[in-house]
Amino acid sequence: MSAVAEVPVAAVADARKAGDWLLIATAILLCVWVLLPIYLLIVNALSSPGEVTAFPKRFFPSFDFGSLSFFIEFAGVARALWNSVLVASLTMVLAIGFGAPAGYALSRFDFPGKETFRFLVLMTRAFPLPLLALPLAVMFIRTGLDDTAIGLALVHTTLALPFAVLITFSLFSGIPVELEEAAWTLGCTRWQAFRKVILPLALPGIAASAVFAFTISWNEVFAAAVLTIENRTLTAFLLQSLGESPLYLKFAGGAALVVPALIFIFAVRKYLFAMWGIANR
Amino acid sequence: MAEIAIKGVAKRFGGFTALHQVDLTISDQEFMVLLGASGCGKTTLLRIVAGLETPSQGEVWIGGRRVDHLPPRDRGIAMVFQNYAVFPHLTVFENIAFGLRMKKLPQADVERRVTRTAELMHIEQLLKRYSGQLSGGQRQRVAVARALAMEPDVILMDEPLSNLDALLRLEMRAELKGVLAASKTTTIYVTHDQVEAMSLADRIAVMHQGRIVQAASPVEVYRNPAARFVGSFIGNPPMNFIPATKAANGDWTVAGLTLPGPKSDRQRIEFAIRPEDVDAGSEGLHATVRVIEPLGPHTLVTCDVEGGLFRAILDSNAGVQVGDHLRLAPKPDRIRWFDPETTNALLAKVLNRP
Repeated sequence: MSAVAEVPVAAVADARKAGDWLLIATAILLCVWVLLPIYLLIVNALSSPGEVTAFPKRFFPSFDFGSLSFFIEFAGVARALWNSVLVASLTMVLAIGFGAPAGYALSRFDFPGKETFRFLVLMTRAFPLPLLALPLAVMFIRTGLDDTAIGLALVHTTLALPFAVLITFSLFSGIPVELEEAAWTLGCTRWQAFRKVILPLALPGIAASAVFAFTISWNEVFAAAVLTIENRTLTAFLLQSLGESPLYLKFAGGAALVVPALIFIFAVRKYLFAMWGIANR
Repeated sequence: MAEIAIKGVAKRFGGFTALHQVDLTISDQEFMVLLGASGCGKTTLLRIVAGLETPSQGEVWIGGRRVDHLPPRDRGIAMVFQNYAVFPHLTVFENIAFGLRMKKLPQADVERRVTRTAELMHIEQLLKRYSGQLSGGQRQRVAVARALAMEPDVILMDEPLSNLDALLRLEMRAELKGVLAASKTTTIYVTHDQVEAMSLADRIAVMHQGRIVQAASPVEVYRNPAARFVGSFIGNPPMNFIPATKAANGDWTVAGLTLPGPKSDRQRIEFAIRPEDVDAGSEGLHATVRVIEPLGPHTLVTCDVEGGLFRAILDSNAGVQVGDHLRLAPKPDRIRWFDPETTNALLAKVLNRP
């Protein structure tokens, strides 16, 4: 009896142990997949030009800022950086300005077609940007929006808006409607209740979704390359000019692009998880 | 002075009718409890009075003023929510002061009123804390204090005790009753807990399927249910019902017993009696004992009467056994009769009224 019982117990324990190992191995593999390129990028960006092509590599970089400072002083980089910040900031303002009210409406009101609307918001991401970029470029040239920060920001806003809507929707849904109703019974108008109760509670999440919109614009390269010529953003500028640059400059440029975006995403990870329905607390 | 008058209020959500033409008047300083099972429309009615829901038709008057078109802030009400709705980003002090600041009272007045209501609710040592640092019972106290600090004409409470554990609920119940009586406000209190309703109310409005079935004092609701539903909903265990057939005009046969009852054209009506209103003796309804549950002060006996379940509360020393045949004599002044089709109470001739 006991022998019969022991075999399955041992087998289950073995299977569980194997499962644990598989989980750990997969996690390590995925971490390496994501982190190794970033590691190499940063190590090479912080190495002197000679070390970039040398072999074997040093595990810790020599913290030589030569490549980075050369890159920063490279003609046009400062301007492209400024353009990137400008376009990303405009995108952030537009995406939150339109997205947060939409998210609030979705979470608080019932209206016909609500589910369809939520679905359509996501569907805008289904159109490949290259398909839209050429007609957009033609339209922008006709209306005079081509090669302007606001024109590019409008395109980036359409990319960032679905996320802004869905993040703020889940954010507002997480705030009990009774808090708002209590504020109404205590003398608030709808707007006062929003400003005094809902906004303070939602602000960290709204900030996170703003940063996410900023990052989407910061990272976007295709529309930026097609729709701007003189006023290139950093991504478009790098795409154009780094092709012919030496390897160590490519690393410096890559790091300058990736590191801010990484820091931003890391700062707001909690709210992105919330949007995707993963509990993180 | 705030009398509340609800006149012909109905509420429809799409095709679903939550309230059918409700009429109810609550006099100044009265404690009215809306009692009913979940989905009976009691919370909807409360939210219509609060202004959080608009009625599909009908009028709401508070203190002689028609308010159904006004937003909640202009109705002179304060509300306590089931989940307390204490603002998490404000301290207890600022929570209680919230409504006073909206009224733009001077700082000295705000402090005085917050301190006073906090003392009243025994939370003066918590004023600097945030909602996350409070227990459920303390949050409840903050929510009540916040409502009282407004010095409203009307306080509306939506199941305020249902999230507390049993002991705390008992304690808060007695405290609420004292505090609200002293504050001289008119109160509407929604609950599904009949013991809570009985112990707090001046009057209970029993609701069922979007209608008020009976609005009367707790004892009246318990002793003289206006409809079968009230008798079967209130009381634990509830009223017993046995079919009665006509013997003569005004006399009815119930489980082999002939009893004087109401005059009616119907051939069959229903006889009803509360479990505690029968005595085991040598005469009465024929009953076979199925289950015996000793409860300490008395014993709950579940029997078969005329093929239906019948519960009787007997003395602990009655000495009954499962399988025994009992004769249960109903107390004549406690017998009630119901029309099986309208389910309304039928008034017996004269003698039955206490």
